[in-house]
Amino acid sequence: MSAVPDRVHLKLRVNGEEQAVSFAPYKTLLEVLREDLNLTGTKHGCELGECGACAVLVDGEPLLSCLELAVQCEGRDIQTIEGLAQGTELHPLQAAFADHGGSQCGYCTSGMVMTAKALLDREPAPSRERIKEALSGNLCRCTGYQQIWESVEEAARTMREAKP
Amino acid sequence: MNAPEKPLQKKRFDTIGKPRRRVDGRAKAIGQLRFADDLVLPRMLHAKLLRSPHPHAIIESIDVSRAQGQRGVHLVLTGAEFPIPYGIMPVSQDEHALARERVRFVGDPVAAVIAVDEHTATEALQLIDVKYRPLPTVSSPEEGLANPEPRIHDYGEQGNIHRNQAYEFGDVEKALAKSDHVFEDVFFYEGNTHLPMEQQASLASVEGDGKLLLSSSTQNPHYLHRQLARVLQIPAAHIRVIATPNGGGFGGKCDPGNHEFVVCKAALMLGRPVKICLTREEVFYQHRGRHPVLMKFRTGVTKDGRLTAMHLQTLLDGGAYGSHGAASTFYTGVLTPVTYELPRFKFEACRVFTNKPACGPKRGHGTPQPRFGQEVQLDKIAEKLRLDPAELRLNMVTKPDSLTASWLRVGSTGLADCIRKVVEMSGWKERHRKLGPGRGLGIACSSYMCGAGVSIYWNKMPHSAVQLLLDRSGQVTVYCGATELGQGSDDVLASLTAESLGIDPGFVRCITGDTGITPIDLGSYSSRVTIMMGNAALQAAGRVRELLAAAAAEQLNTLPERVVFSQDRVFAAEDPGKTMSFIEAVALAETKFGTIAAVGSYAPPKPPGKYKGAGVGPSPAYSFSACVVETEVDAHTGWITVPKIWIAHDIGRALNPVSARGQVIGGVYMGLGEALMEEQAFRRLPPKLSSALVHRNPSMLDYKSLTSLDMPEVEVALIEDPDPNCPYGAKEVGQGPLLPVMPALANAIYDAVGVRIDEVPITPDKVLRALEKKAKGEAPRVGPESFPAVPYPEPTFVLPPWEGGDGNELKRQEGRKAA
Repeated sequence: MSAVPDRVHLKLRVNGEEQAVSFAPYKTLLEVLREDLNLTGTKHGCELGECGACAVLVDGEPLLSCLELAVQCEGRDIQTIEGLAQGTELHPLQAAFADHGGSQCGYCTSGMVMTAKALLDREPAPSRERIKEALSGNLCRCTGYQQIWESVEEAARTMREAKP
Repeated sequence: MNAPEKPLQKKRFDTIGKPRRRVDGRAKAIGQLRFADDLVLPRMLHAKLLRSPHPHAIIESIDVSRAQGQRGVHLVLTGAEFPIPYGIMPVSQDEHALARERVRFVGDPVAAVIAVDEHTATEALQLIDVKYRPLPTVSSPEEGLANPEPRIHDYGEQGNIHRNQAYEFGDVEKALAKSDHVFEDVFFYEGNTHLPMEQQASLASVEGDGKLLLSSSTQNPHYLHRQLARVLQIPAAHIRVIATPNGGGFGGKCDPGNHEFVVCKAALMLGRPVKICLTREEVFYQHRGRHPVLMKFRTGVTKDGRLTAMHLQTLLDGGAYGSHGAASTFYTGVLTPVTYELPRFKFEACRVFTNKPACGPKRGHGTPQPRFGQEVQLDKIAEKLRLDPAELRLNMVTKPDSLTASWLRVGSTGLADCIRKVVEMSGWKERHRKLGPGRGLGIACSSYMCGAGVSIYWNKMPHSAVQLLLDRSGQVTVYCGATELGQGSDDVLASLTAESLGIDPGFVRCITGDTGITPIDLGSYSSRVTIMMGNAALQAAGRVRELLAAAAAEQLNTLPERVVFSQDRVFAAEDPGKTMSFIEAVALAETKFGTIAAVGSYAPPKPPGKYKGAGVGPSPAYSFSACVVETEVDAHTGWITVPKIWIAHDIGRALNPVSARGQVIGGVYMGLGEALMEEQAFRRLPPKLSSALVHRNPSMLDYKSLTSLDMPEVEVALIEDPDPNCPYGAKEVGQGPLLPVMPALANAIYDAVGVRIDEVPITPDKVLRALEKKAKGEAPRVGPESFPAVPYPEPTFVLPPWEGGDGNELKRQEGRKAA
């Protein structure tokens, strides 16, 4: 039986920065982000891939970080909620969630915002139906979703207007 | 004086009523807000709980030696370390942090391992050897009534009955006998759970001064603080509880949790920080959610559709512990007369222990169940009397400043406006009973309290207190024990303080939910925060304003009472040219009076009822809601679609309309989930597998809740008729809007396909079953068929105000004679 190492050492590219990190090989990307890189903006609600709270972007695609082993993410481009703002200036999605009730308790917000970002990066003017569909894997218990849809629509407008 | 300082006289608002980014909005949107499990301390250890696989058993022995010897394990705790029981209600101190002699449900914590990491702790749990002797189990209240032995607890009314209550306000049988019609219906409301997105987490540590610090996802740091002092036997002054921002609560984080005591004990024994985060499965076992309730309504009406009397009986499935059950039992009855005029009312309520996770308070606490029953029954009454269900309701709403038969004071009410508004928005008159086969509209109404009139433990002290501290920089710091669950309590605190001082909410820093720093607020439950914390904040701000006005008046050459606070400035009322900045006014006041600080506090008014038990139900104000649900039902599959919901909520005044609307839609969402799919249900394993009562669906995948694709559009109307008991008139909005949704859906389904589903959740299989019955010519109804014989006590008899009562209870004989 081949020996499994206690820890693996590798480099992860998170929010555009390469970081050397060492962790037990069974750890998920969620655990490494939160526990080894102190990026606690990514949340967990089930750790079974059911709630969407832990969604991050890997190579631009939303991915449930609780289901992905961190060792599989070497060399890939990982984006978390912490990397979305430009300095102190909020990403339009973040500003819209804060202004339009998209966030109540805030616990699902990171996963929602990252999933919505993947949608708007692909489709700058999604219909409400498309927004509902794109966010259907992210549970929220506070808002009843409506102000989340409105926040995404508002952000999409802002982003379209900002484009030359 | 408890009353806020003339809050309604301020005509023009700077902050109140304007849509704003809430004060914690930015931190949430950027992922910077620290929830309990985001906290990390040096040398921190991790705890895991071993839970019982049996629903009811005697613990014969526990051997922890193998776990204790495991590398990386620092401590193993068992019930031996926790001799002192606790419970949120003084009358139900029936829990131990770890079970001592007995386990009472699958999931009851038995032991804890504290180890270097979660992985090591989880592995060590499997090395703990517990010998159990299984006992017979109780799976339902009916079984509990039929089997008084073995008792799940050795306290309570008798056998497995935990609480048993009966009240009669006027002679109900006499009134029923004289009624034109008496309707008798039985309903069932299945239990369901809060499912907050954040799993409970707690971090305990011993601070440098040797005192205990617990940071925890709790709605009620004050009650937790008291219980910790009791269980750990250390002075409360040596314990500090910080309520971290909650990732949703909905009532699920009101009870002190086993895990909170465990990490505190472990931190004290090891001198190191100890953290725990429950798994999602464990959150289902912690529960404290909606009680399953069987209900029977006997309601008398006149031929023109007015209520004459109601006899309501409820039977609650309490689960394995007391929790808030003593209050929950009351709440299945006491708020019933607030919505509609009801001349006489009798309710009997019984809570039975069962071997399942304990039920407790969930959004609406005890009242959604009877609200469902009454509103569906009203639909049947309207149908039978050939009346419009909206008109029927409109004609009997309770009047402002009236008393109910049970001596609750209804202050302001906007229910009539709510009904008119949803009727208009939904096109009710043109569309109800006219949408054609498979499509329907249903209406229902509700009321809810704005904070409980009495505290959970008996005392005459304030329910909420606020401290304000200002300095020459213009900074305003407001301290309050209230906790932020996501409902926006910090934003309410900042905006009320800011409005009163005429400054931007951005000037206000909120420090909340910290028993080591903040004055006591009882907690985020019973929709009490806006009203109680808000009134306390306005009193504190009023006192500060007096100091500032006295100092500024000299400089502005006016009288203190002529000083106006607005737009970050102070003005002389007679000449807006005479002005200075708010910061200058603070500096002048600090010069004149020394450090500027003030406290404010609030206790609710004394209720008019004087009978024993009159303390449950009174509130400084009640909110009201009316809701219309539209539905489409597929007659072949029973599938239910909800394309649209209209709701009007009497909020008194919306402090921040964005948040208020969000609370309403969130309540509708949770109500619709309960109506259609959410259920905390159990099944018995076959005898060869121990007959255990196991949770059917302890995961977010199997416990169904509405996703973004299932949620209809909700059109919200906020009815603003300021209530004089409330800060700037603002009533509650967190719980009330959930209540009318379930019955409105049931009534819509009847309008669509002519079947009655008299139980919640309303699932396609039940609709199909009812349609099959209808096709066979049987009664087109699915729901409970009967109500069991419950040994309710002789009721406490009280005469209603209009029958010469004085709010006291009468001896039974006197009562009958007087009536």
